[in-house]
Amino acid sequence: MIIGTAKETYRADAALLTTPPQRVWMAIFLAALLVLPFMLDAYWLYLVCLAMINVGAATGLNILTGYTGLVSLGQAAFMAVGAYTVAWLERDLGTPMLVNLAAAGGVAAAVGVLVGIPSLRVKGLYLAIATIAASFILHFVFVHWVPVTGGASGISVPPATFFGVELVTYFRLYWVILPVTALMVLGAANLFRTRIGRAFIAVRDRDISAEVLGIPLLRYKLMSFGIASFYAGVSGGLWAYFFRVVTPESFPLLASIFLLAAIIVGGMGTILGGIIGAIFMTLAPEMLRFVVEWVSPWVPNAGTLLSPLRTVVFGAMIVGFLVFEPQGIAEIVARVRRYFRLWPFRT
Amino acid sequence: MTDLLFLLEVSLAGLGSGALLSLTALAFVLIYKATRVINLAVGEILMLGSYLFFAFAAGMGLSVWLALPLAVAGGALTGAVVERGLIRPMLGESPISVFMVTVGLGSVLIGLVELIWGTDPRSLPPFIANTPVFLGEAYVSRKILVAFLVAAAVMAAFMLLFRYWRGGVALRATATDQAAAYSCGINVPGVFSAAWTVGCGIAAGAGVLLGAIGGISPSMGVFGLSALVVVIVGGLDSILGALIGGLALGLIQSWAGTYLGGEYQGVVTFGLLIVALMVRPYGLFGTHEIERL
Repeated sequence: MIIGTAKETYRADAALLTTPPQRVWMAIFLAALLVLPFMLDAYWLYLVCLAMINVGAATGLNILTGYTGLVSLGQAAFMAVGAYTVAWLERDLGTPMLVNLAAAGGVAAAVGVLVGIPSLRVKGLYLAIATIAASFILHFVFVHWVPVTGGASGISVPPATFFGVELVTYFRLYWVILPVTALMVLGAANLFRTRIGRAFIAVRDRDISAEVLGIPLLRYKLMSFGIASFYAGVSGGLWAYFFRVVTPESFPLLASIFLLAAIIVGGMGTILGGIIGAIFMTLAPEMLRFVVEWVSPWVPNAGTLLSPLRTVVFGAMIVGFLVFEPQGIAEIVARVRRYFRLWPFRT
Repeated sequence: MTDLLFLLEVSLAGLGSGALLSLTALAFVLIYKATRVINLAVGEILMLGSYLFFAFAAGMGLSVWLALPLAVAGGALTGAVVERGLIRPMLGESPISVFMVTVGLGSVLIGLVELIWGTDPRSLPPFIANTPVFLGEAYVSRKILVAFLVAAAVMAAFMLLFRYWRGGVALRATATDQAAAYSCGINVPGVFSAAWTVGCGIAAGAGVLLGAIGGISPSMGVFGLSALVVVIVGGLDSILGALIGGLALGLIQSWAGTYLGGEYQGVVTFGLLIVALMVRPYGLFGTHEIERL
């Protein structure tokens, strides 16, 4: 039980981790992340890496949708831009990996700002639909700009090399994906301690009031699009190194819906929500595989049911969370924490 | 002269598919007008309708003229259940949440259809003759002509219903001002239910027509996205917009597909959408209510 945490300075109040238990748990979590790859087999390591890539993209979308209130169904298309940038740089220029990842973020951010321009004119659902349109147009570009994107067959990416080490196994890739994702999440958490992040929140809560308070809407909305797309681009770049092939079908509209679903399930407008949501939505369909394997002795050709069942569960999770737990898993976590704050005494 | 004839044939085919777009767009408009919800699952209801028709006509061997109303009723029933079960509890939530609920619903429907009928594309039992029709010199597929006529009849019926029937007037009143409609004794929740039921029924019927032309598959719900473009361009709460927008988009898609290549259809459609959003966000015939900043 914690009885109040007296903060004597503004700095202490604005810190990311405010209480000793939080710091202890965070240290345990980080240590677990460092030990994790030594304990898991290739399949689980694959899932963990994929989940971390999604965490980066979902955190970016959370900045845009959860914190700035601009709904986007184009996040996966920006991931595709990042992935293609990395693939193109690796194929044609052979620049170092970190440069490629940064470039992927930069190019995606530029495209994101361009796509964000309609957000000045429309918002809410109309903006969501505009981003759907933008992702279809980007898909068209990927298919038809053959010299750069390789057309419908896409580009295969050579394995990344980092100071002479070829990153071919999931184990090695983990050590690249982990720090990059951790940096992005840390950056997002810190963003909302600055003027820019607070301006985003002001825009979300009431854009007219924000404008009156001296926040130029044009600049901040585009900035939010830029940052979100940067995150998507870097995650897409990691995705390209992870799967080693990029095609126009790698990032369908469903992937954008997946990311939006991840932050809804996790909890919009909280950093924790983006992380939990992305992990949950990546792992939950895989858990179905075990369920299907378990019932396979009794159900004929249960294997063919897996893919449709995943689709059903995916949709049901979106609907279920929106109807029963609109604040997402982050709210459940907060409730549990509130409970233990007074434990063993009740209010 | 053959070029001109060819253009005429392409245009007629475009108008035919445009009529189906209009019909699907009508489902969007009905639901949006009454409940202010953009139902992205319309495309999936459409797919469900075509599969229900398939099940009744091919699976159970019913006559086509019995299967068609049953499929429409199935779609309508789905709409009613969804409205009571999912949309009613979400009243007052942000439009985005409700929108995402319909997105999730679409995913559930796709999964269920794949579970029951599998993922392979199928063709519906033929119920419209294959012999082409000649309008003057121009060749038109009979299926497309039938689809056009049915869609036109349904659209006309709804235009009249909205103008003269009590229920239609009640729906327009609800769309204009819910509180005022309530105080005039209009059963607003009833209007919500009716709009979803009828809207989803229309979508299911459009699905049967679409399936008769192009076959059915679990991914045919993508057609709903084209219809969404129609309602955005035409105005979300305007039946006239759905009609004109659908015919126009059908023509444009047909021309783009013929003269630029099939792969340009999508990009032209969505390019049009972005231009429409930039220039007239409320659509050609929609109510001017979009907040601009």
